[in-house]
Amino acid sequence: MASIAHELAKKQKEISVSEFFEKNKHILGFDSLTRALITAVKESVDNSLDACEDAGILPEVFVRVKKERNNEYNVVVEDNGPGIVKKQVPNVFGRLLYGSRFHARAQRRGQQGIGVSAVVMYAQITTGKPAKIRSKISDDDVAHQCELVMDTKKNRAQSTKEDFVIWDKEHGTRLEVNLKGKYVQGRQSIFEYLKGVAIVNPHARLTFVPPDGGTIVFERSTEDMPPPTKEVRPHPEGVELGELLTMAKYTEAKKMTSFLNTEFSRISLRVAREVLDHADVPHDQKPSRLTLDQAGAIVDAVHRVRIMAPETDCLSPIGEGLIRKSLKNVLGDLKASFYAPPITREPKVFAGNPFVVEVGIVYGGQLNKEESVQILRFANRVPLMYQQGACATTQAIENVDWRRYGLEQRGGKGIPFGPAIILVHVASTKIPFTSESKEAVANVPEIREEIELALKACARRLKTHLNKAERKSKTRVKFDIVQDIIPMIAQKSAKIVGKPVPDIAGTITKIMNVVWVEDGVTFDKKKHHVSVKLYNYTPKSQRLHVHMVLPYDGVVGKSLSLEPAEVRNGGKVTWDVKRIASTEVFELSFDMKGLDKDEYDENELYVSGIDPASVIGADVLPGDWDLEHVKITEEKPAEADEGAENGEVDYDEGAEVIEDEE
Amino acid sequence: MKSKGRHLRAVDRLTELAEDIYRQIDERKIPKMSIPLRTKSNIRFDRRSGVWKYGRSMGVRSAKKLTGAQMLLRTMYMLEFMEEMIRNNKSSTLREMYYISEGWEKAKFSAQDESNMLAEDLEIITACMREDFKLRPEEDGARVIGNITIQETDRKGKKKRINCRDDVGDSGYGIPYNVEKDKISFVDCDADMMVAIETGGMFDRLVENRFDEEYHAVLVHLKGQPARSTRRFIKRANEEMKLPVCVFVDGDPWSFRIHASLAYGAIKTAHLSEYLATPSAEYIGITASDILNYDLPTDKLSDRDVQALNAEKSDPRFSDQFWKHEIDLMLDINKKAEQQALAKYGLDFVTDTYLPEKLTELGIMK
Repeated sequence: MASIAHELAKKQKEISVSEFFEKNKHILGFDSLTRALITAVKESVDNSLDACEDAGILPEVFVRVKKERNNEYNVVVEDNGPGIVKKQVPNVFGRLLYGSRFHARAQRRGQQGIGVSAVVMYAQITTGKPAKIRSKISDDDVAHQCELVMDTKKNRAQSTKEDFVIWDKEHGTRLEVNLKGKYVQGRQSIFEYLKGVAIVNPHARLTFVPPDGGTIVFERSTEDMPPPTKEVRPHPEGVELGELLTMAKYTEAKKMTSFLNTEFSRISLRVAREVLDHADVPHDQKPSRLTLDQAGAIVDAVHRVRIMAPETDCLSPIGEGLIRKSLKNVLGDLKASFYAPPITREPKVFAGNPFVVEVGIVYGGQLNKEESVQILRFANRVPLMYQQGACATTQAIENVDWRRYGLEQRGGKGIPFGPAIILVHVASTKIPFTSESKEAVANVPEIREEIELALKACARRLKTHLNKAERKSKTRVKFDIVQDIIPMIAQKSAKIVGKPVPDIAGTITKIMNVVWVEDGVTFDKKKHHVSVKLYNYTPKSQRLHVHMVLPYDGVVGKSLSLEPAEVRNGGKVTWDVKRIASTEVFELSFDMKGLDKDEYDENELYVSGIDPASVIGADVLPGDWDLEHVKITEEKPAEADEGAENGEVDYDEGAEVIEDEE
Repeated sequence: MKSKGRHLRAVDRLTELAEDIYRQIDERKIPKMSIPLRTKSNIRFDRRSGVWKYGRSMGVRSAKKLTGAQMLLRTMYMLEFMEEMIRNNKSSTLREMYYISEGWEKAKFSAQDESNMLAEDLEIITACMREDFKLRPEEDGARVIGNITIQETDRKGKKKRINCRDDVGDSGYGIPYNVEKDKISFVDCDADMMVAIETGGMFDRLVENRFDEEYHAVLVHLKGQPARSTRRFIKRANEEMKLPVCVFVDGDPWSFRIHASLAYGAIKTAHLSEYLATPSAEYIGITASDILNYDLPTDKLSDRDVQALNAEKSDPRFSDQFWKHEIDLMLDINKKAEQQALAKYGLDFVTDTYLPEKLTELGIMK
């Protein structure tokens, strides 16, 4: 929050920021022993990841927590980042509010430059021991190391015991501190934090050595760096009055038009003039002469002029594909039954800051059915561990009526129950946190609304899946009847009466009356084998189109059982299945080469050109083929008559149990 | 073999059943089968025979549902198996048939109750008896002690005369599973009544106290819910030897049901009531009134007991004044008692006091 940071900066004059910190460590996340240890790891890891990404290096972070005595722990965080030049070390690790981030508008983990120096300071306050820092930049042959002693009054650190050492690392930084803390396991623990980091940073490789021994490694699930984020000028929408006045005062621009044009993003000279006209401010007025009224008029005018949405390439969402992949990667052996295709919303703006919301839902399988759903909150690729209740993310989740989407929820409010994990990631050039400890996203209406929309969109995908699964399992029973039991009844009865086996087609179509689609993917000998079987259990012959989204380059041409009628961009493939006679099966199959096993493990399958109600096992093609996902299909299928005819009573499902009689 | 005819008739009836299913498939229909509902709401009192039989409500077993389809398939397998047994002159126990079904793949039974029930379904549909299908129950060990003489044709075809008091050990004469005329005939009887007893403990108490001799009684051990052969044996003795029958069981809802199945006909086998039930059988006790009158040691009714009693209130077999009163009273005092609770007053109390009092009250003993 900018206001608190300003506040902090002001106080710097009267008392040192360090002293301020000492009295306010709760704001910074050091209020309990347990939390202090987690915060120390968190701030250091955030710092390491930012450093690596700034330098375009795939992060490799090592974390070790060792118990020294009672409440004293030794924490080492080591990265393969670019390293820090020697004379900057005291500034980076020993001064609060130091760093390039404070005024920048770019998506970063650390935003205020409080983070890692707070760790060093906390360590010194609680154990009296200085932090040991070692760093190596790739230009140097050796690493330099030192111990930092902080003067909390002057907000300065003194570097002592400076030395050069050989380090078998090309470049990187290592921070070692001794601090008072308490190591715990469970939902709020270093392990869970690092797991969260791994989920939202699929490009990072993390190693953790906990105090009780063993080594946990979170392997990276992608080798691709997230695209580098840029620093951007503020977007005019949502710019605050005071901010505008301050900017006008210090700008180098001579005229209002060029001021607006150069200091803000998305304001061309034409738009600048339009805004100024609306605000009734002369185009060539000196910015420094801007009055309060004029500034107010400009703030109003901005909303009446069409201005392009802020640039969003300054944001680095994780992306739908990677969210799913890294969730799978991190859940590991805990098998879930469904990964709802994640949602990455279009970037939006609050107070001139672009932001983007991403949501992923994992459902079913071995996830715990009896508890509230697990919420994974992230802001700028940092897991949020504390203050869940105060977070806009949680509030948005509580505000959605999850009963509509297949989860239990008392009264349609609050955190839902069921076997699910909900992941929410908010990325922005400036995340509005509720406090400096950066644990909860503030309830900004624009952000909250975006989160809700993303949740609902993702939840719809879950619901579609659940509907499909339910319908399929209902019909699956019938599938077994017609597939196995009816043929055997026909056979046996024919044998007993001594006649040829009767044709069962009529019976089968009466029981099913649908086209049953069964698809599967198998992986063997470095090849994916895809099979889509279409059973026509209707009384008529059927023609239909089958659509799939495939990495089409991988498809082995000669393995295709039917040539596609059309292959479009984005791997959208269409087949025209011309005729399946009643009670016949058609199998569409092919192999794909050159893909990793996990790269393709579920078919995205649609049908068209057929009454959707008479197909089970595949979705109807979305009205717009470019739509990647279907809306909920709520039509009821023309199911074969379920109930008893003419008031018939089902002999085998009578509720009455005959007990205790021979 | 005398019974050849009934087996051939059974084959015809079973084949007709298969033909019906075959025809429905051939006519492109969803195969189904109608069976009288075996529920308490579908039993009717038959005035002529004085027992309860199935009414006209029919249930349908259709291949549209998984259970129905499965049962139809099992029926086909069972038909085939029975016809084979009849052809090869073999027979099997119900339990053996259950194990045979292990090889029936999708038609395999998951519990013996299921295969027993289906065999009964087939009895009802074909109006045959399971013996006609070459199926028999396991021996259940029900026994008889008393001055009644029967002639049994043993497994070697030899006819043996057995007096159920003099020619047997202390455990009595064991009732075989087949008690039809080709197996057993009643020769002579010197007794005033037949007492059917639920528990082995009470049966042995009466034997030890020589109740059979002192009171001219034939004692039959029911062993809980009596098997068909036990019920049939009692009915034949009642009809052929003119022996009044009375039922002496525990005082709980389950024992009421034992009496009902013996005297009125069981819901599960109402198609055979005319053949198995002894409508003149009297209920001696233990009644709820006995619990009060004799101040018997009791147990509290369990939830299941209460449920069973409430179910009996809507069971047409228990709709007379006597049962209504006893059931309500038992619910009211919320207590049940075992037969052997009578031992509170000594080992001889049951034979010296309780039974004579109750039998006199019922007019069986003068």
